[in-house]
Amino acid sequence: MSETDHPPDDGATEDRSSDEFEPIQVFPEAEAMDLRPGADNCYKCSTCDTNCPVAEVDDEFPGPKFQGPEQWRLKRQDDHDVDESVMKCSNCMRCDSACPSEVPLSQMHNTARGEYIEERMSRFSREYLRNRLLANYRRLAPLAATFPRTANFVMGLSVTQWLGEKTLGITSERELPDFATETFREWWTERGGPAVESEAKQIAYFHGCYANYNTPEVAKALVRVYEHFGYEIMIPEQDCSGTPMFANGMLEDARRAAETNVAELAAALEDGADIVASCSSCSMSIRQEYPELFDFEGTAEVAANTWDALEYLRVHEDLEAELADASLEGDEYDEFAYHAPCHARNQGLDGQTVDVLEAIDGVEAEDVGDSCSGISGTYGWKAENYETSMKIGAAMFEHMEGAEAEQGLTECPTCSMQMGHGTGYEITHTLEILEAALVGDAGAA
Amino acid sequence: MAISDDVLVIGGGLAGAMAALAAAERDVRVRLVTYKQSTLRQASGLIDVLGYAPDGDGPLVDPFEALEGLPTGHPYERVGSEAVREALAFFDEVAGDAYVGDHTDANALVPTHGGTVKPTARYPTATAAGLASDNRDALLVGFETLPDFDGPLAASHLAAAGVPFDARGVTLSFPGIERDDAKVTRYAHLLERDEAVSVDDSAATVGARDALAESVDEHLEGEPRVGFPAILGDERADEVRTALGEGLGVDVFEVPMGPPSLPGMRLSDLLYDALEDAGVRVTSGVPVVDYEVDPRGSSDTPADPSAAKTSDDPARGRIDHVVVDRNGAEVPHRADQYVLATGGLVGKGVRSDREGVREPIFDCHVPHPEDRYDWFVDGVFGDQPYARFGLDVDRELRPLETDSRPTFSNLRAAGAVLGGYDFAAEKSGSGVSLATGYVAGRRASTAVIR
Repeated sequence: MSETDHPPDDGATEDRSSDEFEPIQVFPEAEAMDLRPGADNCYKCSTCDTNCPVAEVDDEFPGPKFQGPEQWRLKRQDDHDVDESVMKCSNCMRCDSACPSEVPLSQMHNTARGEYIEERMSRFSREYLRNRLLANYRRLAPLAATFPRTANFVMGLSVTQWLGEKTLGITSERELPDFATETFREWWTERGGPAVESEAKQIAYFHGCYANYNTPEVAKALVRVYEHFGYEIMIPEQDCSGTPMFANGMLEDARRAAETNVAELAAALEDGADIVASCSSCSMSIRQEYPELFDFEGTAEVAANTWDALEYLRVHEDLEAELADASLEGDEYDEFAYHAPCHARNQGLDGQTVDVLEAIDGVEAEDVGDSCSGISGTYGWKAENYETSMKIGAAMFEHMEGAEAEQGLTECPTCSMQMGHGTGYEITHTLEILEAALVGDAGAA
Repeated sequence: MAISDDVLVIGGGLAGAMAALAAAERDVRVRLVTYKQSTLRQASGLIDVLGYAPDGDGPLVDPFEALEGLPTGHPYERVGSEAVREALAFFDEVAGDAYVGDHTDANALVPTHGGTVKPTARYPTATAAGLASDNRDALLVGFETLPDFDGPLAASHLAAAGVPFDARGVTLSFPGIERDDAKVTRYAHLLERDEAVSVDDSAATVGARDALAESVDEHLEGEPRVGFPAILGDERADEVRTALGEGLGVDVFEVPMGPPSLPGMRLSDLLYDALEDAGVRVTSGVPVVDYEVDPRGSSDTPADPSAAKTSDDPARGRIDHVVVDRNGAEVPHRADQYVLATGGLVGKGVRSDREGVREPIFDCHVPHPEDRYDWFVDGVFGDQPYARFGLDVDRELRPLETDSRPTFSNLRAAGAVLGGYDFAAEKSGSGVSLATGYVAGRRASTAVIR
């Protein structure tokens, strides 16, 4: 084919070689975040829609394809507001790994939800107050943790739960999680900080809110396991990871929390530590949502150096060999029904727990399948979502009950609540099993 | 410490799943890493081998006869026709009752949702009663809310294609579906769970299966078989189809649809269940982005690749490990042998921009004309050069450099990442994935040194 046969390029002159290709700006308005390439990548295969756990059980929910690329296009037009159905998205992020064409669906959902709250939800509505309260659990928790017994007592009262539902729209079907009588950070200070010092091996632990206020045994397990491998542990100052804020469209709250976290974690990196998290939603948030939504100095470095606690050990230690020598006696570790949280799935960690536990003699973890637990953080706490949340969870409950085990295992605090709520099982965090196998139950270091 | 296995398969489609299953036949540890959920969810679920010869001759009655005449470099020519047969037999074993067609070498003719007829070697049992070679009349049922399948249009296309029976189409409303854009999985699950639906605006409800059978029944004019778009159930599709057939007193079949495709999802589930049973570890949701070669070389590779000049010495030595990108963190995965099954231009195993065409993980050589105006011809359905873009491989399926030496000693490639064939024109996509995945997996596990 000769040069003259070539059809003209977009905006190019006769001499193609000397001109750099410049795409035409169809939507030239300045935006903090350009989602257009992502929207253009969508070829409408609808695979995301068939993966959405909400669309699966709620006929009214239009699905991720609409919430993402389609809504993004509609919004370009002056007469189109963000559709309120975006608030029904549970932010499980399963659409991200369903998409064969690299459309940043959850990023689009997060921004649309943020715009909806900003532009369309009244600051005085019950829904706004309730969502703000749920998203900012971190703000209330210190108070409850100061008087944990009182808080547990008051929140356990049926009248409190009734009030919660009537005045705030927080479902009374669920029991609010207990607050620990001693937070993880209190324990850490009491203990005098790290028991192991090392120049070469340091980690900064992002424990998140739940392991601090509600399940310090998980955080302590992490400390003992990492110290077993000779790591010096730092516990940097930290705010909420932002997960519940993203899910509620409270992007400004999330921005403030993220700014603190990025600054603190970047400083820890500077000091030579890698960052590990024990909650799969915390690590998801720092790794994916921060760089997608914010651009504080150090965001990318913090994201690239944050790890899931188990994954980090797998890559940096010979975990398999270490566990091969360990064995756990006693019935309590025999069998677990394991549920991989959606946010672990999206980090490529879905097979990890079963893989790793296989190495321990006397422990059996059975994966209960790839369905979503349905609670998705604060989503299933809302009275209007409770039923949907339980419908989504039905497949998981069924598979848990079908498994040999009579106890559950996961790495996400709210999945754990849902698993317990639906089956009545005790739910363990994987790090607790590692602690028992490597350090022993009594690990009172 | 890298995460270590014996065989690492990159890619979760048909070729990757087959490679992992074939490798796991031997006592080696196999892992499959897939960036996204398996693209099988978009596949028709049909297992074609060769519907048309590369010169356009066809539809072919016997694909195996035509295999012998394929040009050098075609993936089937690389593995040989015996391997194609072995791969199909292996697939038949894995698929069990879910697939039929293994009774003959001849292609079956399956009506598609557009009313064309596709030559294919294996097809889901759900499709079996719909074959175009069957001379029984058929009623094709479409639904108002499911525009991807228009019953009357598909019927007239089939008539135009000259099928040996009368096809008639009707369009009905689907009992229990309210939305214009309900997901295909919604239809499937409504039938699978036999949910209670109301009919004719009355307060009384009936099961979705009965309601559907009833609404079809009044349009039946003695046809002994009825075709539906492929939405008849998900995990328990056989049960749904049987119930509808009994309700109507006819044979019921599914017509394969475009994406998202229930037959594709069922095939995906079938293969991933088999992977789990075979002990294959699966890591999904994260891409392989890079690799490192073994600086020491190894027993089957010279320490200094540049010193070796025989035609079989790998140009770049031996892969030590690959790098998986987990949201920015770089996780090393080490294996003895690797299989690349990342797909073609659509699956993003082959990428192109204005400068050229490349394979993004290992930067394997992708032969293509320098001038991008030579990548295509005018006319959408013309003989498009880009459709054949992909890797050149030797008979071991190892990717080749420009000088025809293998790129690495321990990397094999399978499926649409391979070049030299146009799967869309030939109707050979599934067969090539099966055959090359099978061969690559077998050879990889045989080559494992422990």
